Amino acid sequence: MENTANAVLSVRNVSMNFGGLRALSEVDLDVRQGEVVALIGPNGAGKTTFFNCITGIYTPTDGQVLAFPKDGKERRSGGVRINGMRTNLVCELGMARTFQNIRLFPSMTALENVMIGRHCRTKTGILGAILRGPKTRREEQTLVDRSYQLLKKVGLEKVANEYSRNLPYGAQRRLEIARALATEPFLLLLDEPAAGMNPQETLELKEMVIRIREEFQVSVLLIEHDMKMVMSLSDRIYVMEYGRIISTGTPAEVSADPQVIRAYLGEESDA
Amino acid sequence: MAAANLISNFKKSVVASLWLAFLTLPIMVIRVDTVEKTVTWRWMHLVYMLAGSFVLALAWHFMMDRRDRGAATHDAEGGAADSALSRLLDNPRVVKPLMAFGLIVAAVFPLVFSMYQTNILISALIYVVLGLGLNITVGLAGLLDLGYVAFYAVGAYAYALLNHHFQLGFWAVLPLAGILGAFFGILLGFPVLRLRGDYLAIVTLGFGQIVRLVLENWSEFSFGPSGISNIARPGFFGVAYSVNQATTYIYYIMLALVVFTIVVTARLKDSRIGRAWLALREDEIACQAMGIDNTRAKLMAFSLGATLAAVMGAVFAAKTTFINPASFTFMESAMILAIVVLGGMGSVLGVILGALLLILLPEYMRAFSEYRMLIFGATMILVMVFRPQGLIRAKRKVYQINTEAA
Repeated sequence: MENTANAVLSVRNVSMNFGGLRALSEVDLDVRQGEVVALIGPNGAGKTTFFNCITGIYTPTDGQVLAFPKDGKERRSGGVRINGMRTNLVCELGMARTFQNIRLFPSMTALENVMIGRHCRTKTGILGAILRGPKTRREEQTLVDRSYQLLKKVGLEKVANEYSRNLPYGAQRRLEIARALATEPFLLLLDEPAAGMNPQETLELKEMVIRIREEFQVSVLLIEHDMKMVMSLSDRIYVMEYGRIISTGTPAEVSADPQVIRAYLGEESDA
Repeated sequence: MAAANLISNFKKSVVASLWLAFLTLPIMVIRVDTVEKTVTWRWMHLVYMLAGSFVLALAWHFMMDRRDRGAATHDAEGGAADSALSRLLDNPRVVKPLMAFGLIVAAVFPLVFSMYQTNILISALIYVVLGLGLNITVGLAGLLDLGYVAFYAVGAYAYALLNHHFQLGFWAVLPLAGILGAFFGILLGFPVLRLRGDYLAIVTLGFGQIVRLVLENWSEFSFGPSGISNIARPGFFGVAYSVNQATTYIYYIMLALVVFTIVVTARLKDSRIGRAWLALREDEIACQAMGIDNTRAKLMAFSLGATLAAVMGAVFAAKTTFINPASFTFMESAMILAIVVLGGMGSVLGVILGALLLILLPEYMRAFSEYRMLIFGATMILVMVFRPQGLIRAKRKVYQINTEAA
């Protein structure tokens, strides 16, 4: 637990109050280098609130969120404290997310959606855009090519110039992941990536996440309800209920925990 | 189904025309002459009324059906069903000669037509640039700005006052006006950073009113409602010229500024900055979560739009040689916004067409001066009902992919 030597994200004692409502209560969570960590729990347990707290959309009322980006400078100095940091800076730091209810840019093409992800890794300013010098054009071309490569990775290269609102649901989910990858993250945060998918699509998604982890060397923290996927994909699982972490461990440990069974199946399991 | 539709449309049209004829009976048919003390029943008017409203109603229903069907196929084909116009404009072999033709016509215009016509075209060109400027703020970045005319006023008064007090020339003030516009854009941008949609619209509306009221009431500064007259026309290396030549000169200055603005906005639209604006318009939360600095993007959009407006203000002051606050009312803002919406939000070509249409149409309809505003209003309603996306739908660029880089 205290071993943060190879952690990329370390959350300590984080609480979040909305007025009198305590949505998160003293949450501890770690994601280590190259791990796939799942956060599960019943609806309304506070999972998405937790995501919002660590990506800068909310500022936690209490506690510490530390990130350890790939380049070792910050790592040595004990990480970067990111609670309260602006969302775009969190992303620039290397933590990219997807959304529970897909949030693409509907009247931009699939390719452009991915290109947006590379915004913080490119530099062209107003003057560069107007003058369109060789440097700008080179950057633009590299941007297009790399974005296209990312689309290929998620199998969307054929619809690169299609408006994202016209894509089928599953493709939109994958496009969102491609967009997040475009920001060159060290930690990918997926908020219910398999929601609304059929078993076949879910299986493909799972394989894609595994492939991405290998290829891009990212750690993954995901919220998911599909137990089959969570159990077979994750290295470790955190279970949340009423804003608290009630159990943590490997999939086998967690699924044997009576507290988890109670939270998921109700009190009948005791009877 | 089509036949049933036709019959139902027919019925609806009959009912509508009967109603209208009945309602307009007292004014259209009965004529009371109070001098002669006679009452005339003009029954033929009733027939005209019935026939006219019936045909219009039928045409309306027909168009509505066509639109709904169009929308249905549009959804089914996923946006493939664009209008013939947009398809035509996608073809570079059509667009290139068309652009060249437009440029040539624009270039020889003041040599062929009278000064009066040139003057009208100058104001149309001013609105083209204003439209393109507001298109950055509203069309691309999605920030509804109802006080855009304030920046126009800033530019106009900047030139007028600097010229009046310090005898500064047009060319010296033009960049200054731009900088001042950018400054005011940021000034307005800061307090409204957190606002969106209708709230933003109200605050910008207020900003526009404040600027106008200050100009109207702070007489020591702006000479109040009586305005500033005898503003110098643009200088040309100290050469003296007639009013006629001055008009031609300003026309060419304006033409150059229009070309400049078109190049700038078209390039920005398809750049890293332009994409950030689009993302901001589409989904602010996702935009920021993807690493775009919303604050910067918004301020950039506001200040760039304001810069163009202020530059146009200076040109306007130089053209009319007289300005007062009456030129910068909310109507102007509404007009510029109408240009952007009617032309097609985010589409450069659409905004140009919108500006030319909305400014030139009322000018050349002076023949029907009494019905001018009526026709104008009806045209706007019709365009919005049948082409809500504007005359020309904004298209996204198709990027050239270099697959060998793989």
